[in-house]
Amino acid sequence: MEFGLSEEQRLLQDSVAKMLEEKSPLDHVRETAGHWKQSAAVQAALTELGAPALLVPEEFGGLGLSMLDAALIQEALGGHVSPVSFTATGVMAPVGILASGTDEQKADWLPKIAGGELRFGVAVSEKTGARLQAGITAEGGKLSGQALFALDTADATHIIVADRDGRLYVVEAGAAGLDTQDLKTIDRTRTFRELTLKGVTATPLDAENEQGLACRRMVDAGRIMLAADTLGAGQEMIRQAVEYAKERKQFNRVIASFQAVKHMCAEMAAELEPCRSLVWYAAHAFDHVPEESSLMACHAKAHLSEVGRFVARTATEVHGGMGFTDLLGLHYWFKRIGANRQILGGPEAVRAEAAKLQGWGEVA
Amino acid sequence: MDLSYSPEHQAFRDQVRKFLADHKDKAPKAMGLGLGNKQAREWQKLLIKHGYTARTIPADYGGHGAEPDILKSRIIAEEFTEAGLPGGLSGQGISMLVPTLLEMGTEEQKQKYIPPTLRGEMIWCQGYSEPGSGSDLASLQTKAEIDGDDYVINGQKIWTSTAKQADMIFCLVRTEPDAPKHKGISYLLFSMDTPGIEVRPLVDMTGIANFNEVFFTDVRVPREQIVGEPGQGWFVANATLKHERGMLGDPNAAGTRLKAIVDLMHRETLDGERLIDNPVFRDRLVALQSRVFSMQFNGMRLLSASAKKEDAGLAKLIVKLQGCELNHQLAALAIDVMGELGILYDGSPHERSHGIWQRYYMFDLGLIIGGGTAQIQKNIISERGLEMPREPKPAQDPSRASA
Repeated sequence: MEFGLSEEQRLLQDSVAKMLEEKSPLDHVRETAGHWKQSAAVQAALTELGAPALLVPEEFGGLGLSMLDAALIQEALGGHVSPVSFTATGVMAPVGILASGTDEQKADWLPKIAGGELRFGVAVSEKTGARLQAGITAEGGKLSGQALFALDTADATHIIVADRDGRLYVVEAGAAGLDTQDLKTIDRTRTFRELTLKGVTATPLDAENEQGLACRRMVDAGRIMLAADTLGAGQEMIRQAVEYAKERKQFNRVIASFQAVKHMCAEMAAELEPCRSLVWYAAHAFDHVPEESSLMACHAKAHLSEVGRFVARTATEVHGGMGFTDLLGLHYWFKRIGANRQILGGPEAVRAEAAKLQGWGEVA
Repeated sequence: MDLSYSPEHQAFRDQVRKFLADHKDKAPKAMGLGLGNKQAREWQKLLIKHGYTARTIPADYGGHGAEPDILKSRIIAEEFTEAGLPGGLSGQGISMLVPTLLEMGTEEQKQKYIPPTLRGEMIWCQGYSEPGSGSDLASLQTKAEIDGDDYVINGQKIWTSTAKQADMIFCLVRTEPDAPKHKGISYLLFSMDTPGIEVRPLVDMTGIANFNEVFFTDVRVPREQIVGEPGQGWFVANATLKHERGMLGDPNAAGTRLKAIVDLMHRETLDGERLIDNPVFRDRLVALQSRVFSMQFNGMRLLSASAKKEDAGLAKLIVKLQGCELNHQLAALAIDVMGELGILYDGSPHERSHGIWQRYYMFDLGLIIGGGTAQIQKNIISERGLEMPREPKPAQDPSRASA
């Protein structure tokens, strides 16, 4: 019985953290994300550390590691508000292909994903609640419709698209009839795109016969990643708030010596620390406890959304007026946490799913 | 992450299960303090023999004498809960005094007090808090003055649970009034039958006297009844406070409570609709379930850290604050689920579960305040967990000015 990280996982954490400290300081985030750009340098370094190969099984040239390992990487990326793709390209896409790709599709795509040669973005947001009545319809092997908040598609070579029934298809990024446009969100560190498809040729991922199951797996994985990202970002916001409070003086004292400020910091830590165990367990359950996998992904997503919001506003408040300015850049974390909350289902929607999964009540 | 148990621990679990199946007829309904309950004392004896309570306490002092193994302790707790059978005796003597004596007591004190305490033949109460000394416990003023071979004790204690039933008290008193406040305290053990002790029940908001006030007037206690040295009492007491913090805020209690609320929501109706079908209440339920899971997994993380003798840091420091608040919030949801029925109490017609949810709701607020208030917990989290500075001391400390 061991509830915790292995030695290898701690090493992985260290090496990702070290790389990001070196390559992805706030100044770099400002230079890239601040101008609506992703960081090619950090993306390359992340690829070098094996991030795209992480979840690809060894038989397909990957590292065959676990969802918990992926969560540790995502947590570090959140901690550094890194403007790179990982959630969809590194995690959701391999999960989707593994869950519903044919042997041939797996053998074709997975080794190239592991090598960083192919990058698969993901467009499944409508399956967690469609806004603007968006959705994709398949007819005669062609896809048409609108998909909002497609993830990691900016430098993608392919996109995994879910239709209204939750079937998955692979579309080439440059396919005829596919139009994309950037959606500008509060969070400039990640790309969110709108896809408009008009009779786009698509390859179905159709090895899995149970409708929606593979899509469900992708969404579960994505939700765990967003929770892990918020965990990392929230942790960093608390660190910065505590550091700032220890330096900032008012009334001839560092404000960290005022109980009003100490208690704000203690409340943030008390709320966030148990979240770490929830994210770890959700990631563990994804690989090892299939009957709890979706439920725990829902809990991690919903709970981190709530705690993340509390930490983001409180840490900003501890910084006083400076927290509100662009000078400290604290808002990059604030906004990243804000985006994580809404993407792939807000907490209310996700909790309704969690209730349904447990057979609680009649769901309208 | 490896959430499976080793073959040794799996075998141990089977052994506990078999014991419970074989002996369940001997178990009393509840253990309490064991007072006047022969069946409870016999059950206690049987559990000690098999190592299911007082497990790591040396056999010389009436315990089972096993090596500490936190996973085995956990397995025992899980299996007893699962079987719905009571574990060993509880109470402040067993949970707080015995660990303190094991760490700080003389050989004679261990021999004299631990075995009867474990057998349920010696009941203890704790004399720490005073009306003027709550969060600032070290400012306590109950004084013990030397007169010949005795200490003579005068003063008052409060929040003394089980004082009416107790045979003995472990008590903090001021023996060195001129010393700095933390260094003038001693830890004394004495009989509650000693002349000069008066116990007055303290009725609280639940309507029950869960606690008492204890008054001391010229109470004479032999000087050898001290644990540790004179003036060391604060450090002796801190050894037990550590045990108390570990005790409160058990995440498994929250899990049990959540299950009861799910049942309640399936039973209770509003305009003929079950509350489990009401999306607003269901949302609150699931939101609290997230918290229950978080604390349960946090508990598993602590268990693993403890087994590896690692300091779990923040994960441990937050348990009392978060655990007590969570239990309180669960009781609040249960009351709201019942609506008007939720305020029924004192055996009223239509009262649900003997008013247990109101009692929890009120008593849990007491637990949020007691055993180190939520605010003291936040000081501890910020100072020890986040390394934030202590509040600067006021120029004059009034508790030292009295000397």
